[in-house]
Amino acid sequence: MIRIALFRRSPRVPLEARPFDLLCLTVAVVLAVHAAHMPIWLSAALAATLGARWWQRRRYGGRAPAMLKLPLVALLSGVVIFYYGSLFGREPGAALAVGLLVLKLLESETARDARVGAAFSCFALMSALLFDQGMVATVLVAVGLLPALATLRALEPARPVRPLARELLPALGLLAASLPLALLAFVLVPRLSSPLWGTPNPGQARTGLSEDMSPGDFTDLLTDDRPAMRVSFEGALPSPSRRYFRAYVMWNYDGRRWSHLGIGGAPAEVEHGNGLTRYTVSLEASGQRVLPALDVPIEAPERALLSADHEVLPTRPVNDTLVYTLRSASSYRLEPRLDERERRRGLRLPAGFNPRTLALAQRWRAQFGDNDSAIVEAAWKLFHDGGFSYTLAPAPLGRDAVDDFLFSTHEGFCEHYSSAFTVLMRAAGIPARVVTGYQGGYWNGLGNYLLVRQSDAHAWSEVWLAGQGWRRIDPTAAVRPERIRLGAAAAATGDAGGWSPGQWWLGWRNHWDVVNRWWNQGVIGFDTLRQHGLLTPFGLHDADPGMLGLLLAVGGSLFAALGLVWAMWKRSANDPARASMQLLERRLASLGVVRRHSEGPQHFFIRAARALPTHRAELERLMRTYLELRYAYDEPPPELLKNFRQAARDFRPRRMVK
Amino acid sequence: MPEAIRRLQAWAERRLPALTRYKRPESLPITLHRRRVYIVPTAFGVAFTVLLLVMLLGALNYANNAALLLTCMLGSASATSMLVAFRSLHGLRLTTIRQGQAMAGERMVIQLVFAADDHAHASVHADMDGQTETFMAPVRTETWVALNLATTQRGWHPLPRIKLWSNWPLGLFHAWSWIHPDHAVLVWPRPELAGPPPVLQGEHDLRRRLHQGEDIAALRDYRAGDPQRHIAWKHSARHEHLLVKDFEQPEAREEWHLDWRALPPLSPEARIARLARWLGEAEAVGRPTALWLPGEDIALGHGRSHYVHCMNALARLP
Repeated sequence: MIRIALFRRSPRVPLEARPFDLLCLTVAVVLAVHAAHMPIWLSAALAATLGARWWQRRRYGGRAPAMLKLPLVALLSGVVIFYYGSLFGREPGAALAVGLLVLKLLESETARDARVGAAFSCFALMSALLFDQGMVATVLVAVGLLPALATLRALEPARPVRPLARELLPALGLLAASLPLALLAFVLVPRLSSPLWGTPNPGQARTGLSEDMSPGDFTDLLTDDRPAMRVSFEGALPSPSRRYFRAYVMWNYDGRRWSHLGIGGAPAEVEHGNGLTRYTVSLEASGQRVLPALDVPIEAPERALLSADHEVLPTRPVNDTLVYTLRSASSYRLEPRLDERERRRGLRLPAGFNPRTLALAQRWRAQFGDNDSAIVEAAWKLFHDGGFSYTLAPAPLGRDAVDDFLFSTHEGFCEHYSSAFTVLMRAAGIPARVVTGYQGGYWNGLGNYLLVRQSDAHAWSEVWLAGQGWRRIDPTAAVRPERIRLGAAAAATGDAGGWSPGQWWLGWRNHWDVVNRWWNQGVIGFDTLRQHGLLTPFGLHDADPGMLGLLLAVGGSLFAALGLVWAMWKRSANDPARASMQLLERRLASLGVVRRHSEGPQHFFIRAARALPTHRAELERLMRTYLELRYAYDEPPPELLKNFRQAARDFRPRRMVK
Repeated sequence: MPEAIRRLQAWAERRLPALTRYKRPESLPITLHRRRVYIVPTAFGVAFTVLLLVMLLGALNYANNAALLLTCMLGSASATSMLVAFRSLHGLRLTTIRQGQAMAGERMVIQLVFAADDHAHASVHADMDGQTETFMAPVRTETWVALNLATTQRGWHPLPRIKLWSNWPLGLFHAWSWIHPDHAVLVWPRPELAGPPPVLQGEHDLRRRLHQGEDIAALRDYRAGDPQRHIAWKHSARHEHLLVKDFEQPEAREEWHLDWRALPPLSPEARIARLARWLGEAEAVGRPTALWLPGEDIALGHGRSHYVHCMNALARLP
């Protein structure tokens, strides 16, 4: 009777209650990790279906009514198409996958169904990471693998049965045991230098900087405490007033909205001294095509280029956490010679807006003549002394937004100030532009990095002054210097210091942020470049995929060898009496008394006593103890065992001198 | 297709004995060591690998390191489960085989006694003759596994090859090992269905006489054909029906001296079948029997062990 196992169809083994419960748990976890990006009614409906099925099988047994299946699949597809507009793509695909997984449960009645369900659950869990690959999400998904593995384990017959919660422990053990090999593979699996197919477009809008700005846009952003980026500096940390991170440079103004132009041409000339700051940024996914850089970057990292206005623009939107290293100049003259076309662009204002602002600027021009610096000074004074206040909830502005702001509302935040200032400068004939980015940040001493939050988003102006080039002017600083000195949080609360429960919370969060940064840099930011530089300490400067593959194979073999040693390891010390007996056998064998196969202990001892008459008494005592230990009791008393082990250790036979 | 595979396998066993040496009979105890445990992925294991590759490709394509890390973990866990599968057979020891009793044509219960010296073995399957028994062997305990063996004729019946296999722990890998214990079980002859009672020589008349003081329980209703002299007239006088002195009960005490030589000239198998039937009938009523066979003379005795002794002797006849 010879059968080949590989080709044999396994018989339809019915699904027991325990693996079914575990499978339901697995699907529930899948549903939970996907709930964050599915519409809540869909999550709720699927959860209800799951619960109903679990209850139905527990109460009545058997599969769910077959007539439900097809309509439910059709309903699910219909709902997904209706809500997302398509079946393909990241969100609809994930929703469909989770939905089908729940519906698969309805007909899961055999071990094979459960296997398919558990495997597909692993896939669905993994797909949740396409939405969020933060540490918490990853750990949640890893925990979600436990019930999936436990389901597979529970499907094998004749296994140790234990309570449901403890079913997860062996799976945890398996994952823990496989962690070293997993890490090795993670580090060494050659990354693709370019994707094989299109990367998903982030469907949902992320808060963050955008390519255009109109006063009032930042309100959401300035209350968003999520990290935007983390910066670690080589060398000294720049002083707070120098922590300006440029993102977009905006030239175009339509009376309401400032917008970014694009790449332009070759990077403008920059004259800088030797004081370059080198730093590494770990940027959270923003969905934007810009890499914020300390004012002013003089180079672009790989896969990004420097625009004419010294913006750092990556070739692809930042859809995942990105780590890059840059150099910036702190004292510089950007574009000392401005050509006529640029100059005209820097003065352009939409016709028919803000007449009072234009009049004020003209008055200043008449008053100060050719002295541009004096006009800048006058505008600064206006903001500083003109009764302006900083608030995140300013009064709405009308059509002539800058007029309203300068002459009636007098309140706003960085967007209002930079916008109004730039319009004033342009009206006065000084080339000016708006720059958005981040300013400030929290210095995390524990992790030695600067944490910049979304709430640190900022907008300022740059004016072109003859001989100085583009010069950064931050009109917000004129209104509220704390904004620059202490950061956005201090500016918003008006609380420059002191203790509050909020601060304690903030401190805790900053500690937690160290872990997140470690995760972002070590795991998410581990890209092709870092991988290639992996072996630099070992003298290999560029580890190509072939080398990585080789290392992976060698490391894998090493782990396989370790695993085999574990698998074949036998604990011989299980039976202490036997171990002691083996010790005796070894000692006697060295004197030529070798125990034969199938020789009983009594016979062996008698033979040994005959061969070594000087040890006769000792050997007979050992024999009696051993026989008593072995055959007199079901559970031999521990002192007897102790005696025998002691006697065996002390027995040191000497060769007879004849 | 299966036919072709079987022929291929038969050819391989003929030509490549090194591959199949552990399929040859060997004496007990048999320990499953690393050279005789084989592993292949199951169909589910292959499908799961494909799924892992898809996840790997997706994670690499989207440069999603978190997904890549988890894919690596799942892959690594699958690889580790291969070691666990190996370990679920490695070290298992078949110490003893105990046979049940069965007549030719019946299924005999074979008890395989396994010992686990080092660690527990979960979800081990034993395949023999198309039947599968699943068991778990806890550490330092004897585990008894009962399998049914189909028998066809009396005599020594060598055990077929037994496949021990396990898909533990995740069903991704199929580990197996063939064991072929050099062990034969004794199958009893099948009794003939009907035939004459033994012709007993010598003192059987004496033995047939009724014992004195037989109580009323030894009486039964008269049935047509009962000899007249067996009717218990005195007792019948007190009853509505005729009562007959029952001869079954006293006959149970009667000894049967069964003798191979005294049988009519039948074929040896027919003689064996007849003797087996008589032995069975004698055992059913507790009658002492003696059995003479060529090469074996079994003295008078009764009870189950005596019956087993006699049947074994019959089964062993050439």
